[in-house]
Amino acid sequence: MGTTYIGQPVLRNEDERLLTGQALFTDDVHLPGMLHVAFVRGEHAHGRILKVDASAARSRPGVIAVFTAEDLGSYWQPGPLLVPPPPIERLTFHQRTQVPLAKDKLRHYGEAVAAIVAESRYLAEDAIADVIVEVDPLDAVVDMEKALEPGAPLIHEGLSSNLAAHVIQEKGDYHSVFPGADVVIKKRLLYDRGTAAAMENRGVVAQWDAAGQQLTVWDTTQAPIPIRNGLARMLGLSESQVRVVAPFIGGGFGPKIMMFYPEEVLIPWIAMQLKRPVKWIEDRWENFFATTQERGQIHEAEIALTADGHILGVKDVFVHDTGAYDPYGLTVPINSQCTLLGPYNVPNYYSEFKAVFTNKPIVTPYRGAGRQHGVFVMERLLDFAAKELNIDRAEIRRRNYLSPGDFPHNHQIIYQDFAPLVYDSGNYAPALDKAMEMIGYEKFITEEQPRLRAEGKQAGIGIVSYVEGTGIGPYEGARVTVEASGKVCLATGVGTQGQGHFTAFAQVVAEQLGVEVKDVRVVTGDTREFNWGTGTFASRGAVVAGNACHAAARMVRNKILKLAGEILQASEEELILEGGRVYLRNAPQKAITLGDLAARANPLRGAVKPGSEPGLEATAYFGPERGCTASGVHALILEVDPLTMMVEIQRYVVVHDCGRVINPMILEGQIQGGVAQGIGNAFYEQLVFAPNGQLLNASFMDYLLPTASEVPNIENAHIETPSPLNPLGVKGAGEAGAIPTGALFAQAIENALREYDLEICEIPLSPNRLFDLLGERVKQNIEISISHE
Amino acid sequence: MTMKPAPFKYFTPASEEEVLALLTQHGYEAKLLAGGQSLIPTMNFRLAQPAVIIDLNRVSGLTYVRPGDSGGLCIGAMARQREGEYHPLFAERAPLIRETMPHVAHPQIRNRGTFGGSIAHADPAAELPAVMLALQARFKLRSREGEREIPAGDFFVGMFATAMQPEELLTEILIPPLPRRSGWAFKEVARRHGDYALAGAAAVVTLDEQERCREVRLVFLSVGDGPVEARQAVQELAGEIPGEEAIRAAAETAAAIDIDPGSDIHASAEFRRHLARVLAMQVLHQAFARARRA
Repeated sequence: MGTTYIGQPVLRNEDERLLTGQALFTDDVHLPGMLHVAFVRGEHAHGRILKVDASAARSRPGVIAVFTAEDLGSYWQPGPLLVPPPPIERLTFHQRTQVPLAKDKLRHYGEAVAAIVAESRYLAEDAIADVIVEVDPLDAVVDMEKALEPGAPLIHEGLSSNLAAHVIQEKGDYHSVFPGADVVIKKRLLYDRGTAAAMENRGVVAQWDAAGQQLTVWDTTQAPIPIRNGLARMLGLSESQVRVVAPFIGGGFGPKIMMFYPEEVLIPWIAMQLKRPVKWIEDRWENFFATTQERGQIHEAEIALTADGHILGVKDVFVHDTGAYDPYGLTVPINSQCTLLGPYNVPNYYSEFKAVFTNKPIVTPYRGAGRQHGVFVMERLLDFAAKELNIDRAEIRRRNYLSPGDFPHNHQIIYQDFAPLVYDSGNYAPALDKAMEMIGYEKFITEEQPRLRAEGKQAGIGIVSYVEGTGIGPYEGARVTVEASGKVCLATGVGTQGQGHFTAFAQVVAEQLGVEVKDVRVVTGDTREFNWGTGTFASRGAVVAGNACHAAARMVRNKILKLAGEILQASEEELILEGGRVYLRNAPQKAITLGDLAARANPLRGAVKPGSEPGLEATAYFGPERGCTASGVHALILEVDPLTMMVEIQRYVVVHDCGRVINPMILEGQIQGGVAQGIGNAFYEQLVFAPNGQLLNASFMDYLLPTASEVPNIENAHIETPSPLNPLGVKGAGEAGAIPTGALFAQAIENALREYDLEICEIPLSPNRLFDLLGERVKQNIEISISHE
Repeated sequence: MTMKPAPFKYFTPASEEEVLALLTQHGYEAKLLAGGQSLIPTMNFRLAQPAVIIDLNRVSGLTYVRPGDSGGLCIGAMARQREGEYHPLFAERAPLIRETMPHVAHPQIRNRGTFGGSIAHADPAAELPAVMLALQARFKLRSREGEREIPAGDFFVGMFATAMQPEELLTEILIPPLPRRSGWAFKEVARRHGDYALAGAAAVVTLDEQERCREVRLVFLSVGDGPVEARQAVQELAGEIPGEEAIRAAAETAAAIDIDPGSDIHASAEFRRHLARVLAMQVLHQAFARARRA
């Protein structure tokens, strides 16, 4: 299909606004008479609340009101279960969702206990010290395995243990593999917690217009429409009385779709109570425990293979840390369970997990959303198998790839979208070949690595594969309108957090309507502009909203051609739509502009044909029958300093297949950012909790995000295997960069330090951790080092 | 990020005399604001809640860098750290400081951060206190009572603690000249470029005409409550010809005996000791090589 805009690295429509400081973020909303909220947050990870006394705070000058759980009356309700568990036969799930303000008990450090409303945030913060919170501390549950031991402190009374869920999914019969297995490898693999650390923290501003009976809420949410619907229900308003605006947002990454955060429930209610605009902006300290986190899992995994490296089966039993509450259901551990299978043919699979409550911040999806863990387990098992069987690491992967003829491939287990895990399409070997060629895999191993080693340099190479289930339903919508100016307005319901929606969606529409990309004005994230939709998550914006844009644009294109045909007295086949006008193929001087057509479609006087609809406008929806499967190969060369255990990345190659590419420049930005988060996850970022559940590194001084100095420029290449499940043929790309990095790092570090025969079974790593793993052997390096000075 | 320190009174004196008067008046209640790169974040976290801030940024006559006596260097307490990289006098008279500066946080921070601020803050993980100790710097302190000079060795007395009295102002840092046949080196290991180091080391050495150690100073950062001098290791080198074996042994002594590092979430005591040993070896090696060439 020849295209004009799709596939082009079109510069971003939104960048002028963003780069000149014109873009509206939630904290930019300043309203007359606005009040500011600071939260009193519990200082115990686990404890019984004996008393909350806010009287001193209430009498502090500048404080307008203080609300505790008691003050909320019937508005105090546990939050909704955002994602119910999928229909899996062997499944237990205990729903325990977060509360607006802690009432009887604190279940993680930093749970909000009271909201102080004052004339300024400074004054509100001053009043925090005035609120007396008496707590009877309880032993905290921090270790996810100990959480399940008999006698562990109980986080939710009314449950008999800290078990949040127990799920078994099975394909084939794992136990049948043993007679044919030449090798069985069993490992314990750990993945620890990190935080998304979006550049912009969360924030909510609410304004109640009593005269107009309208509530307006600016919210850093990835899902404005569901927030609108939920708020209307909670506040007893009609959905039409509530407008939720998700303006520009400085990064979402998943945690901004944890509906509902306590602050999202409280700020609009407070604005209605006080009849004044109210603002709360999360500070970075709060973000470390009041925003959701991810990634704590421990796997006991086993793989059985033939001597030539073919996988016979995999067994994986894991524990998943869901934090103090489980409002997001089982999305994360089910993603781990499903993504483990990767691009491989795994005939027999047994997967069992227990999700456990701990006295730690709530776990919901964060870029990758459990997929990291699955990839880490499978890729590590393959690495260990390759070593055991003396097969090259790339080769063992290639031998197990599903082949192009295997699609659609049904894995016979249930995915996060409740549908069976069926890969729509894929072509994995070319991506592996391309990545090996780009990084110079063979040459590095045969020539460069031995040469570097002779110079005393510990350089290593890694290469891993993964798939990512993307673009899940249920649906999104879009409305396309040609205006009398000849320009186009596109409205969709998803929120936008930096993905380039203002450009990628505009490209899709411009492609159909023959206008310039910059002439398509995109409106997202404002419930007044579009009424239906779910949100931006699960690498689905381009797939689901993008195809809705495409469908609406197709409908408008048909309207344009029909009307132009009537006016120009020509059949639609004779017409060309391009450059903002319609003309006759054989007589280009016979033409009419889109602006004129829009005006003709919306007459001010005279009669219209019965049954005709005004305007060049259409609304369309797209709901895929199931998600589509993106895939990729990452390769890396790094060097480990044998004395200090510091790691430097030399090269990082990504070959990615997300079907048809709408804008390669935006896609590369997504990959680069994802890899940066992956590198942080692999080697820098780790949330460290004390045994009492206190977070020991709740600031950027101690929580180490990788910076421009630590993240290399990613070398990209794309393979395009279009999805058959949507007209554009696109697949999601948002999470791809972050998913396999931990597995890749582990493999490359092992390779760099291979004479130590190291086995890395955990992420994140750090220089100190590598030092511990190598033990006394590091010290011997000192003896040889000085001669290299 | 919301910036929300607790309430404080704010003064902007224009002269040293005004500063000294304010210090006399407010004493322990007051904090001096120099570059603000440590103080402001701790205030925004409300970890520090000083009642009074005395801003030094409008005080004239404290930002100079000028030649000192016989090859030394005088640094005004409010000279920005960035000067250490670009001012030619540092390259000429205090090359160790110049070599160290790129390790001090990031350029944006060095543009604001001052020499006096970092020294008076006495963060055990900061580079400048360790380097000052290695260079045997002297600090000029003024109060309304008068002026005194104190050697770096007596100045740093503990974690974030110095020998300064609450009514005193650090006005000048004096770097003495290095003798002939001297060498120097600085190295550190940080998780990310610009981070506080997991461990760091500075060495200043002088050789005699027979290539023997006349003087050696080895100072660590991030391995104790302040900059830590490796006294035992240095004694082992005194009078010796510093060959590889001697350097290795001294580094071993320094890491095993001279320091007592703590553990935190970034590095265990054992890892810090290991890094200290590696760094000691590297800085001594480099410093002696430079001295031999000098």
